[in-house]
Amino acid sequence: MMTNTDSRLTQGQFSFLPDLTDEQITAQIKWALAHGWAVSVEYTDDPHPRNTYWEMYGMPMFDLKDPAGILMEINECRKTFPRHYIRVMAFNSERGTESPAMSFLVNRPANEPGFALDRQETSGRTQRYSIRSYATDKPENERY
Amino acid sequence: MDLENKSGSNGTNERYKSGVIPYKQMGYWEPDYVPKDTDVIAMFRLTPQPGVDADEAAAAVAGESSTATWTVVWTDRLTACDLYRAKAFRVDPVPNTGAGTNTEAQYFAYIAYDLDLFEEGSIANLTASIIGNVFGFKAVKALRLEDMRIPVAYLKTFQGPATGIVVERERLDKFGRPLLGATTKPKLGLSGRNYGRVVYEALKGGLDFVKDDENINSQPFMNWRDRFLYCMEAVNKASAATGEVKGHYLNVTAGTMEQMYERAEFAKELGSVVVMIDLVVGYTAIQSMAVWARKNSMILHLHRAGNSTYSRQKNHGMNFRVICKWMRMAGVDHIHAGTVVGKLEGDPLMIKGFYDVLRETHNPMNLENGLFFEQDWASLNKVMPVASGGIHAGQMHQLIHYLGEDVILQFGGGTIGHPMGIQAGATANRVALEAMIMARNEGKDYLAEGPKILDDAAKTCKPLRAALDTWKDITFNYESTDTPDFVPTPTTSL
Repeated sequence: MMTNTDSRLTQGQFSFLPDLTDEQITAQIKWALAHGWAVSVEYTDDPHPRNTYWEMYGMPMFDLKDPAGILMEINECRKTFPRHYIRVMAFNSERGTESPAMSFLVNRPANEPGFALDRQETSGRTQRYSIRSYATDKPENERY
Repeated sequence: MDLENKSGSNGTNERYKSGVIPYKQMGYWEPDYVPKDTDVIAMFRLTPQPGVDADEAAAAVAGESSTATWTVVWTDRLTACDLYRAKAFRVDPVPNTGAGTNTEAQYFAYIAYDLDLFEEGSIANLTASIIGNVFGFKAVKALRLEDMRIPVAYLKTFQGPATGIVVERERLDKFGRPLLGATTKPKLGLSGRNYGRVVYEALKGGLDFVKDDENINSQPFMNWRDRFLYCMEAVNKASAATGEVKGHYLNVTAGTMEQMYERAEFAKELGSVVVMIDLVVGYTAIQSMAVWARKNSMILHLHRAGNSTYSRQKNHGMNFRVICKWMRMAGVDHIHAGTVVGKLEGDPLMIKGFYDVLRETHNPMNLENGLFFEQDWASLNKVMPVASGGIHAGQMHQLIHYLGEDVILQFGGGTIGHPMGIQAGATANRVALEAMIMARNEGKDYLAEGPKILDDAAKTCKPLRAALDTWKDITFNYESTDTPDFVPTPTTSL
């Protein structure tokens, strides 16, 4: 079990708040759409902080204007991957940014075992650190 | 003989007769001059000595910051001297100064410099002209460099920020909210082991970064190597405990460049994502470290140690917005740029100007925010402003209102001084931040409703409740000294 605040993975914009309701998720999607950002849904069972590329649940929704449609995708993804981490991302294509503008979790496994810190001692008291998710000792899709 | 108008030639015998003539007549005053797109333009606040007229003082500043000396020299005629002379082309009285006010007469003097006066990619060379001899010049009683327009042609000779806001966020995997930091306290005296404790607790509690203070280098109580080793232990342990990328700005400031490189290399070897330097290391050292940081995929944090010695007083020195411009060119990724609400100097309108200089791709002229020129940033990366000094969770709505989203909010005392401990302090700040961003995105009037939003968030977060209760009445209401010249009423920090 993770021993940090709330015993949970803290990636994303709102991990320190209670889990978002569908209504709250809709409000955030509205904010993204109001800025003209494309919204996408991504999932993973490897929440390593350096695991950049979560699986895409479809492509970013460039032309959807209705938050309800996006919420539907989120709920489909939750149904398909109920024990995965799922995040909503928004992409800003504006010159000078051209990068994600939002990222927040909308689903997480019931049990979050967290990460081990492996140390390899080297010269001059230096240590090589690597972070390993306990869950990823198992194969993909059998982790949570 | 018209001595003032000799363009296109090397002048006349009359102009170059040995002796002393006014700078205006030496060719440094050209009221009809239209600056070229490739000119560097500097704008100075000028207080002439009694009896010196403003145009002559402006011409003198142009002269002394470009080619002139106090007397006529014939060797000018061996050069294309008309080109190399800086040209004062506009002098405006500063509003609310001079007769009938409490301030002696000041003038805004605009001076244009040809691009060929400057070496490519060198802040040292640029500044040796613009703020070189001229600030001690007797003909001016006081002089302040207020703003500069850097032409795109010159910007393109600079690397710019090693990483920039966009790539920093991608590397850290943190989007859509300000980043959170804290400076380890006490600033001085902790052993390496005790120091790392503060770093671990703050990061595990919810901060993204912890920071060395500006004067932590390698003192008898803590050798730099010890600090780096213990801090990276803390960073990695906190990252494993939270599943988030974490960092600690390891201050590599040292007595020589060789030592700075040695420390930076060690930080890299230990896997740090960021290193830090102080403004007092100097412009050339900053540029060198920016090149090193780009080469090594490292974020470069700059603490503005020393800037207030010359940026705070309104009549003499230089405005901090110029430092912001130079530092964006020099290539830092972070710079402390004011909080509005905290313990350090900062008028809200002026700070908006600084933040715009650091973060926008293009600045329109905006006199209210102290931006005297339009500035195209020529795709130089954006610099992340850092707000630190006397801020706490209870001000979160104001901080987001004034400073926006691309900023690092650093709560040193507001984390470490929390009654329930450092982790709780960090959690309080993170919860306050996330609650406020959520409310903003939901379209709430978060500035007006801020205290209520925080109270609501504190219902499920005891550390936030404790933070709000501890610091509820703490504000720093002092008049700013660096204020706008172009607003009808003075503004004060809230």
